[in-house]
Amino acid sequence: MSLAAECAPDTLVVEGARIELIERGNGERGKSQPLLFLHAENGIEPSLPAIGELAKSAHVLAPTHPGFGRSELPKGMRSVDDLSYFYLDLFDQIDLRDVTVVGVAFGAWIAAEIAVKSTARISRLVMANAVGVKVGDRETRDIADIFAVTDPEYREMVYCDPNVGRRDYKTLPDAEVLAAARTREATARFAWNPYFHNPRLKSRLHRVRIPTLFLWGTHDRMLSEAYGRAYCAMIPGARFETIERAGHFPQEEQPKMFAEKVFAFAGKVQERVA
Amino acid sequence: MRVYQFSEQAYYPAWNDHSGSLRVIFPNRKCDPRVAADLFHRYYDEYQAADELGLDIMLNEHHQTATCMSSTVAVGLAVLARATKRARLLVLGYPIGHRPDPLRAAEELSTIDVISRGRLDMGFIKGIPYEIAASNQNPVFLMDRFWEAHDFIIKAMTTHDGTFNWEGEYFHYRQVNIWPRVWQEPHPPVWSTTGSSTQARVLGERGYVMATLGTGFGTRKLYDAYRKSYLGKHGKAPGADRFAYLGLVAVANDREEARKRGELIAGYLRTSPIVHLPFRNPPGYLPPEDNARVLRGESPPRTYTKGGRIISMQTASIDDLIDAGVLFCGTPDDVYEQLTAFCDHCGGMGNLLMMGQAGFLTHEQTIDNLSLFSREVLPRLKAYRQPDAEAVAAAVAA
Repeated sequence: MSLAAECAPDTLVVEGARIELIERGNGERGKSQPLLFLHAENGIEPSLPAIGELAKSAHVLAPTHPGFGRSELPKGMRSVDDLSYFYLDLFDQIDLRDVTVVGVAFGAWIAAEIAVKSTARISRLVMANAVGVKVGDRETRDIADIFAVTDPEYREMVYCDPNVGRRDYKTLPDAEVLAAARTREATARFAWNPYFHNPRLKSRLHRVRIPTLFLWGTHDRMLSEAYGRAYCAMIPGARFETIERAGHFPQEEQPKMFAEKVFAFAGKVQERVA
Repeated sequence: MRVYQFSEQAYYPAWNDHSGSLRVIFPNRKCDPRVAADLFHRYYDEYQAADELGLDIMLNEHHQTATCMSSTVAVGLAVLARATKRARLLVLGYPIGHRPDPLRAAEELSTIDVISRGRLDMGFIKGIPYEIAASNQNPVFLMDRFWEAHDFIIKAMTTHDGTFNWEGEYFHYRQVNIWPRVWQEPHPPVWSTTGSSTQARVLGERGYVMATLGTGFGTRKLYDAYRKSYLGKHGKAPGADRFAYLGLVAVANDREEARKRGELIAGYLRTSPIVHLPFRNPPGYLPPEDNARVLRGESPPRTYTKGGRIISMQTASIDDLIDAGVLFCGTPDDVYEQLTAFCDHCGGMGNLLMMGQAGFLTHEQTIDNLSLFSREVLPRLKAYRQPDAEAVAAAVAA
């Protein structure tokens, strides 16, 4: 099988919507430790090195969120609250248990919205450069306005090395360019107003009573580390660790370090349980 | 043909002192309220003159910009509903998808219709992309909100026997019963704008007046999309009164003076697109298929000359603007010829939205422009025979 075919995502129908699902790992689903990877606002591609790194020690399920990339959007879906119920349905549908949920940025917001509703099928939570709450006062912009900057300014904002995020749309296949346009639209759909947060989430985070790790790419200029630490403090017992030479998407810039920190945390949790 | 005088009511004194954006982020420190007051009174005087000269009147609104001081169109309409006597008062438009409260919009428009004794034309618009940053409405849901607000306003204006309930996707009211009731039955005429064939078909089905702005000799395609769907829905051809076109008009007794005025008026085209790049295309404003083309750097040109040449409205010469049907400029004879040739090309166009004041055109020049137009061009346009609507529509359908 060619690498491309091996990497090509599967699809799954949940709530009548066909979404893309990257599934990678040594063991079969249900036999090795399942890990659900919830991608950031910039979407996901099967070639993402972090998926390979995570798949070395877990059975990775990485769906493309409804409305993003090539995933369909269930009728009427319009909020991260809706997305969180979609994923709770997905857990039930494929009978995921004891799952480690790893969310990056927008994906971490979804993870938090899932965890405040039910952690019955989740054993641990990793939130990387998470959005989703407001920590400052009404006149403080906690989260930089990514829709008010140019593309080069945006890449400077979210990457330690802005070249990592460069895409040449003139040379990409049509389907990929369309997927990128859908991803950008989906980000607006879910995060335009209120901007990248749910004002109700903060008062619900005490309900997250599973081991939680915040990972923070220190070169993130869309979010400050102070924002991340304040967010982390809202979840009882959550730990906070930084990743150097990475920005808002640490899994892209430091995939090995990202996976190591995820599994070091998972291991510690296992030891504590044992 | 009806001719509506239109001015964006610009704060042009600040135009030469910006840092790359005349909209959204341009600090209002640059606006001297004393100068703004003088300008508002001047523009209202010009609208009153238009009323006396037999022209109709169009107003619009934009936000956070020195290109258009009219940020709350209901205010300008209210002033003119009282200060004018006979002109139709067209708002084109009211960006109802952006408004948090369509009940308020229905009340404002209804009040203006009553004060003006039934002279309101009610244009509802999506709004240009830069308006999103000001209203902060989610661009993805903007058109859904637009249509729900539209449905609500029409229902509010046509319900006369007590309250009704509205619990929609975007707006919730339980006791709707607006006062005063509209003057025009069943409600003031509805207008809208478009630049897309898809939306043209929607407007054709509804039979609303459709206006296009700056579409030049690409206009016919949009009108024909409207004609086809109007014919399909209503079983007859839409008359020329269903179509409107916004053009700049500079008329003078000699061509040299007219061109001078054309240059001053074209200041509008030179400045209008000066907007900080990220605000020009918020995600969700266009469909993903169109945005995929934008990502590739392939944005479709909108303005064509009669010969099919593409021009940039921002940088085009006066000759190019005339060739494109964007600017109608010259002696009264020239302007009449240009306008009727354009109408013929469109297969009929019954409402000229005339930018008879724009850019740097002074008050004296504006009054002269409007006076000469109404004296020398308007009577001939009133007498002009539009192309046969049924024949045009039949040819489109075939």
